[in-house]
Amino acid sequence: MARALIRTPTFARPGEVVEIRVLLQHPMETGFRPGADGQVLPRDIVTRVEAHFEGERVFAADLFPAIAANPYIAFPMRVTGAGNLVISFQGDNGLMQRETAAIRLA
Amino acid sequence: MTTRRTLLTAGSFMLLLRPAWGTPESLRAAIDAFTGGAPVRNGRVTLTIDPLVENGNAVPVSVSVQSPMTPADHVQRIALFTPQNPLPEVAVFHLSPASGRALVSTRMRMATTQPVIALAVMSDGSAWQHNVNVVVTLAACLEGG
Repeated sequence: MARALIRTPTFARPGEVVEIRVLLQHPMETGFRPGADGQVLPRDIVTRVEAHFEGERVFAADLFPAIAANPYIAFPMRVTGAGNLVISFQGDNGLMQRETAAIRLA
Repeated sequence: MTTRRTLLTAGSFMLLLRPAWGTPESLRAAIDAFTGGAPVRNGRVTLTIDPLVENGNAVPVSVSVQSPMTPADHVQRIALFTPQNPLPEVAVFHLSPASGRALVSTRMRMATTQPVIALAVMSDGSAWQHNVNVVVTLAACLEGG
């Protein structure tokens, strides 16, 4: 399991648009780079990040090798109420990870 | 005997032998696939990126789009493209009225000095763009090192 950091506002007002910041510890190996033995290292990247708030998809991103290592993504979300924000990551080598962050109302 | 002339010829062949990465055709195909063939117009999109970056391994970028983000009129997708990275695509972001605002940020790799292209597709199918030329002093590592 890679370490993921999800930053949400401590408290949000209903209707407010907040920024959610996601950082995943991941090498994002491009598949274009040779290793120490001269062989090209196989691609190992996160290909898809999705955010669901209480079952509704609020954001998704398709990532390519040109995203820097330890991918960082910030996206907006309109707060409709308190609930759980579920961020899921999919990628090469069977990466499938799910993180939950709580949205609390002020 | 190696003369200056043969060395120069060899040098120009070396340039020709560079890998066929980042061709204009692949960039155009990637942009067409993203926009669905809609004509791309300038405006509405703002790409924020440093015009001079020291380290191409992690370049902060953010894209904002002027849009009311209502169910009738919102940004559906935002994408970043580069002409000279090994692949033209950098990322595709999917937004919806639940986003409330069209502003996304990430960190990208840049293989060399080149323009960065930000594109947005609206809910009515129109496509908008903003390009910024970026000078990279240390490229993201592609060929060893």
